[in-house]
Amino acid sequence: MALILFYITSAVAIFATVMMITRLNAVHGLLYLILSLLSVGVLFFLLGAYFAAVLEVIIYAGAIMVLFVFVIMMLNQGKKTIAQERMWLQPGIWIGPSLLALILFVEMLVVIAFGGNAETGHVVTAKQVGIALYGPYLLAVELASMLLLAGLVGAYHLGKPMLSTSKNGRKS
Amino acid sequence: MELGLSLSVVLFVLGLVGVLVRRNLIMMLMSLEVMLNATGLAFIVAGSRWGQADGQIMFLLILTLAAAEVGVGLGLALQIFHRFHTLDADSMNEMKG
Amino acid sequence: MNAIELLGWVPLIPFLGFLVLVLFGRQLSKPLVSWVGVGSVGLSGLLAALIGTEFLKGTMQPYHLVLGDWIAIDNLIVPFGMYLDALSLTMLFIVTGVGFLIHIYSAGFMDSDLGYTRFFAYMNLFVAAMLVLVLADNLVLLYLGWEGVGLGSYLLIGFWYEDPNNGYAARKAFVMTRIGDTAMALGLFLLFTQLHTFDIQFLMFRVTSQWTPGTLLPVAAAALLLGGAVGKSAQLPLQSWLPDAMAGPTPVSALIHAATMVTAGVYLIARTHALFMMAPSVQFAVAVLGAVTLLMASCSAIVQTDIKRILAYSTISQIGYMFLALGVGAWSSAIFHLLTHAFFKALLFLAAGAVIFCFHHEHNIFKMGGLRKAMPLAFWSFMIGSAALSALPFTSGFYSKHDILLATFEVSPVLWAAGCLGALLTAIYSFRLVFVVFFGKNCPVVEKGLGWQMSLPLILLSVLALFGGMLTIPLDSVFPVLFGNAHTFNLVSFITVTAPFIGLLLAVLFYLTGTFSAQGLANSQGLKRIHRFFVSGWGMDALYDTLVLHPFKVLTELNKNDAVDCLYTSIAFISRKGHLMISASQTGQIRWYASSMVLGTVVVIAIGWLS
Repeated sequence: MALILFYITSAVAIFATVMMITRLNAVHGLLYLILSLLSVGVLFFLLGAYFAAVLEVIIYAGAIMVLFVFVIMMLNQGKKTIAQERMWLQPGIWIGPSLLALILFVEMLVVIAFGGNAETGHVVTAKQVGIALYGPYLLAVELASMLLLAGLVGAYHLGKPMLSTSKNGRKS
Repeated sequence: MELGLSLSVVLFVLGLVGVLVRRNLIMMLMSLEVMLNATGLAFIVAGSRWGQADGQIMFLLILTLAAAEVGVGLGLALQIFHRFHTLDADSMNEMKG
Repeated sequence: MNAIELLGWVPLIPFLGFLVLVLFGRQLSKPLVSWVGVGSVGLSGLLAALIGTEFLKGTMQPYHLVLGDWIAIDNLIVPFGMYLDALSLTMLFIVTGVGFLIHIYSAGFMDSDLGYTRFFAYMNLFVAAMLVLVLADNLVLLYLGWEGVGLGSYLLIGFWYEDPNNGYAARKAFVMTRIGDTAMALGLFLLFTQLHTFDIQFLMFRVTSQWTPGTLLPVAAAALLLGGAVGKSAQLPLQSWLPDAMAGPTPVSALIHAATMVTAGVYLIARTHALFMMAPSVQFAVAVLGAVTLLMASCSAIVQTDIKRILAYSTISQIGYMFLALGVGAWSSAIFHLLTHAFFKALLFLAAGAVIFCFHHEHNIFKMGGLRKAMPLAFWSFMIGSAALSALPFTSGFYSKHDILLATFEVSPVLWAAGCLGALLTAIYSFRLVFVVFFGKNCPVVEKGLGWQMSLPLILLSVLALFGGMLTIPLDSVFPVLFGNAHTFNLVSFITVTAPFIGLLLAVLFYLTGTFSAQGLANSQGLKRIHRFFVSGWGMDALYDTLVLHPFKVLTELNKNDAVDCLYTSIAFISRKGHLMISASQTGQIRWYASSMVLGTVVVIAIGWLS
């Protein structure tokens, strides 16, 4: 039963990703991306990682994707962009990277296949995660928060509208 | 568990193709997100297999990383758009030679 | 203190003179330069005289002085050692004595020359090197002196460097002697690898005790050393540099190319006579070379018009006599002839220099004439010198040449006949020179007078040329005595004595009284070719041109783009091409870089999986 659900969810995720990378309109691609993320969240739930599932939906699909939406809206691409994209996405362009990626995929599959044998997953509750976070991984949490601070400052600085160099070369 | 890892690989490779093929900066960033997500999936699968919390903690850190990266990356994309008035990744090749 | 212990100073003083003149010459006034330049050789000569008197008064035991080690590696030990015996003492006297007189003369001759300081610096360097050569106790130090005199000769021949012909003559001299030097170096290597020493006395001892006469090793070693001697002493086949070397100033020709450097080859063979006695075939070759050279040079001297070239060919010829003496085993006679030759040849050159000096550097003898009234000193110097050169009785040259010819007869009558013919020719050309320059029609009046600096050496050398035959330094302590002092009056010695007189008679008939015309002979059909042949020194220059110079030029023409250099430029070329190729891979495009990363990952995983 769980296996069938797993297969269906995987199929949705793969389909959504494929659709995302082939869309001409950025917003369409974004929507498919959200779908992909949500299906991966379901996968997490199926694997017994409840905490991670919730985190995926709230933060990844919720906050990060919204950020993307805002930026795309701001950039206001329009029809001419779509024509441009069509021009850029000729079939000939797909062949090289696809081939490369296919080789990579096969290699990794082979590596996985020659690994150990499969066992079913265990449920790991949020409580366990929490205890681990406040225990051995305390430092990692602190570092992550510092990273977020750096990201915050950087985003603020880069988001200012006029970051141009004046005639004397002074940055505002 | 191999199925999970294989799925992770598939998603990673798809994201990789997206990065290599798309010229639009925003689309490249979105494909990068897919790649990050796929690695997170791999960690969760591993954590589930061994029954340890470490997998989810790693996923949390990856998430943090993705958030910070998206923030800065989109800011950069905005700046590039202001400067060059285009989002074509190939036209920004002044570091050649 | 024993004067002999000051032996080390004898070569050092001229060398110090050289250093002073090189380093401080520009700041010194001209009289001071003369004092340093001439005085250093004079001081050296004085020291040599003191050492000589003490040596001769004593037991005449060879004196060995070691000043320290030059090379000391494993079993190769080459010290700065000096060896004084009768032979090196004789050479010492010649170099410092005649050298001192020539230096005094140069102070007058080169007085108006701009390169006055440079001249004396080079002369001092030369004298220092020559002294090292004659005093060296081992072959490597001798080779050092050998090369040093070659350097001095090069510098002095090309002294007036503004004229490229002088540079060419200097180069020619240097390169030709270099060929000889290479042979000599090979000989040195052979001797060392076989006998494990360079010290001359030890070497000669081991040669006689360890090698059997006439086998390959002594023959090869002797032949190689002969090659070196032939180059330095301008004998066949390396003799054509000496006539061209007359491009240098006359005192240089007197010192280097008459009295000292060209006798270095004779000295070398005399020093290593034990080795040559071990290789009789080579020793005979020395005699044959000497005989052939003396005939060739005499024939060429008869037809020359340049006063200095006549004397140059004469030098080649007289050294041929010395080689002849060495070849037949008359060692002492060879050195005796070396001594007397130094006197009269230096005298002749200096007198020629006086003539040239007063004639504003005119060299052609047919442009001069009737000078005996205008330049009496030069005239009498030439008369005395030519008489000694022709070996007329009671001159110093007579005693030495007579000894040589008598000794030669005991070994080979053919060589003796060649020697007598040579003596005849010698008389012809030397008196031809005297009669053409000093007799005959008068020519432009001489303006300049000779100063005391130029006159005094002429007088002293004339005295030595006349009475120098009485100087007998006993060389019996050095050489084996093979020939008795046979002054018996028989047919052989009669012919030997009269040969020069026949030559003198011929010279009188052709050039003094004009009974026969030399010009007529030279222009006659049959002899015209021979005349040209003789003038060009028997065509040696042309021969070397076709055999050596021309192929060399062809080869250099072929290698114009320098094949070896191409190897190195190709390295730069490949680097540049590689750089261009690699920089082409930096397109600046993100997707290109990303794909290369993916490619790298694929490769790495593949390698990891396959191994």
